Amino acid sequence: MMRLGHRLARINAVFIKELIQMRRDRLTFAVMLAIPILELVLFGYAINTDPKHLPTAVHAEEYTPVVRSILSGLENSEYFDVSTSHSDPRASDYLLASGKVVFVVEIPAGFTRQLIRGERPQLLVSADATDPVAASNALGRLSTIVNQALAKDLTGPLAHLRAGKGAVDLVVHPRYNPEGITQYNIVPGLLGVILTMTLVMITGMAMTRETERGTMENLLAMPGSPFEVMIGKILPYVGVGLVQTVVVLVVAHWLFAVPFIGSIALLVLSVAIFILANLALGFTFSTIAQSQIQSMQLTFFFFLPSILLSGFMFPFRGMPHWAQMIGEVLPLTHFLRVVRGIMLKGAGLQESVYDLAAILAFMLVVSTVAMLRYKRTLD
Amino acid sequence: MSELAIDVRGLSKNFANKAAVSNVDLQMPRGQVWGFLGPNGSGKTTTIRMLCGLLKPSAGEGTCLGFDLRRDAEAIRRQTGYMTQKFSFWADLSVRENLDFVARIYQLDNRRQCVDETLAVLGLTHRQHQLAGALSGGWKQRLALAAVTMHKPKLLLLDEPTAGVDPQARRDFWDQIHRLSNEGMTVLVSTHYMDEAERCDHIVYLAHGKLITEGSVPDIIDQSGLLSFRAEGKGVRVLEPLMAGQQGIEHAAYYGAALHISGHDRAALEAAVAKVADQGYSWQEVKPSLEDVFIALMEQSGGDKRAHG
Ligand SMILES: Nc1ncnc2c1ncn2[C@@H]1O[C@H](COP(=O)(O)OP(=O)(O)OP(=O)(O)O)[C@@H](O)[C@H]1O
Ligand SMILES: [Mg+2]
Repeated sequence: MMRLGHRLARINAVFIKELIQMRRDRLTFAVMLAIPILELVLFGYAINTDPKHLPTAVHAEEYTPVVRSILSGLENSEYFDVSTSHSDPRASDYLLASGKVVFVVEIPAGFTRQLIRGERPQLLVSADATDPVAASNALGRLSTIVNQALAKDLTGPLAHLRAGKGAVDLVVHPRYNPEGITQYNIVPGLLGVILTMTLVMITGMAMTRETERGTMENLLAMPGSPFEVMIGKILPYVGVGLVQTVVVLVVAHWLFAVPFIGSIALLVLSVAIFILANLALGFTFSTIAQSQIQSMQLTFFFFLPSILLSGFMFPFRGMPHWAQMIGEVLPLTHFLRVVRGIMLKGAGLQESVYDLAAILAFMLVVSTVAMLRYKRTLD
Repeated sequence: MSELAIDVRGLSKNFANKAAVSNVDLQMPRGQVWGFLGPNGSGKTTTIRMLCGLLKPSAGEGTCLGFDLRRDAEAIRRQTGYMTQKFSFWADLSVRENLDFVARIYQLDNRRQCVDETLAVLGLTHRQHQLAGALSGGWKQRLALAAVTMHKPKLLLLDEPTAGVDPQARRDFWDQIHRLSNEGMTVLVSTHYMDEAERCDHIVYLAHGKLITEGSVPDIIDQSGLLSFRAEGKGVRVLEPLMAGQQGIEHAAYYGAALHISGHDRAALEAAVAKVADQGYSWQEVKPSLEDVFIALMEQSGGDKRAHG
């Protein structure tokens, strides 16, 4: 018990020292808080992956009531803004190629007649595929939009046409996004990305800074085990991480009305575990790196796969097997599942426990490496 | 409890197969003030670091304060105060915050009072909220000394504590060292200053990582077998280059308004003096200074200059 008291006292000493140093380093502190807001706004607004009001050209060779229903259905969906209608097929190519429109909807002559006969005429939609993400949601909704528009017309003897595959054969560029990325999906992910980037980076400097400023010799000459120094050094940043979390969630709620249907307590627990895992990793980097620059490089070396292979950038199930294997090791992968589960699906502890355990295991392994790497001498 | 504060044998340290310290024996009684001297790169810092557990010795063994150097580093650490050669307190913490940290990590009772007292003794009470990095060099050294003695260590290792400190502050510093020693601390100080060496009970002289000589100042001077002659008179300084080239004169230097020559060979020295006897300067034999002895030692240990007489 005495020993524990001594340990806590020394952890407290390092903790307070770090707290003061963190507070005094205003720029870093400001950056830690600015990054979440900046990224949220960037990803939320500028990198809006559910764009609406996309300019659309219509090349219709007949204007029957059915065709008009389809066109107004497109307009009403808010995804398509019909900006031009024309009858020259070459104009379509030009409009798409020049980027004046994102979609061209083509309705061939005899469309209505074939439709009524139940021959499922083709409705051809060409999409500007240079930015597949931009168009994918509009395209994803397309068949629903068309079928709903036709529902009003296909009544009485024509009602049977609504069944089965629908009255119209939609031919679109098959760009699809199975997880249908939206802000709802991005914001929880962004929370994980922000925590990973800032926390690993900041603790990555923890020991290298002491070495570079020449204070390491002094720290080593004083009592304090590696474990005590590590805990004292990362604890202040648990607070920083929690503040960042609150900022992200409040901004997410305020700007994007992201729903939150799960348990707050479970979210706090998950975030705390994830923060500790990242801080432990950062500390480990700082015991490996020789300089602050090197620890930055290590951070980015870790950050890239975290962003690319965790399911944040690309749908996890869409990745090749080897990429999924790497992804399973990364704490961000598990955190994304947990947080999306809690926030969007109302997942409980039972659904989250496997992923939380995976994060804890990562933290344990990384901390062990840190303890082995932490040198108590200057050799 | 061992009466020796430091008792090490065969202490050696190699860096990438280059020997920084080789085969150093030290038996230092408790309560004394010892001086650690030697030219740059002679291994003073490396030896001190091994003593306080910051470097693992490549060879050798021994105890510090009765604790085994290799096995009980943590216990040694707790009872030792080590002031590094380069200022190593936290520049972005204030004077007070630095002392607070030290007090916390050593778990001193009555921390606030203890820090207040230290600040008062140090004369830094009015600047306690200033960042340590903004202190002048001399004040940094004083802060460091105060910080490493706050936990009342039994052994104090000071690595060039007065480098770059003005004479007045240096004197204050030594008053402090003697005060601490009187309180029972054992103090090992490395220095390049001769006047500081003369304030020590015992001198250890290192060169090229080897212990060359040790003892009290008069003993070291006597043991050196060095002889010195001093010439006074108007314009005697012009003789310096002439004398420096003479057979048997190992060293010639002009200081204190007099020319000093020294060497180990009495006959050769007297012959050299006789050659310039007609120039009207007054010559007399004097006791060699510690500096003369160290310069002679440095030149001897340098290799081929060893040949003399
Ligand atoms: N970490 C290290 N790696 C490699 N060589 C080292 C290291 N530390 C010291 N040395 C070498 O060991 C030798 C002794 O160095 P040390 O710093 O102990 O000398 P010193 O007597 O303290 O010198 P000074 O009076 O300049 O402080 C030098 O040649 C130095 O270059
Ligand atoms: Mg040195």
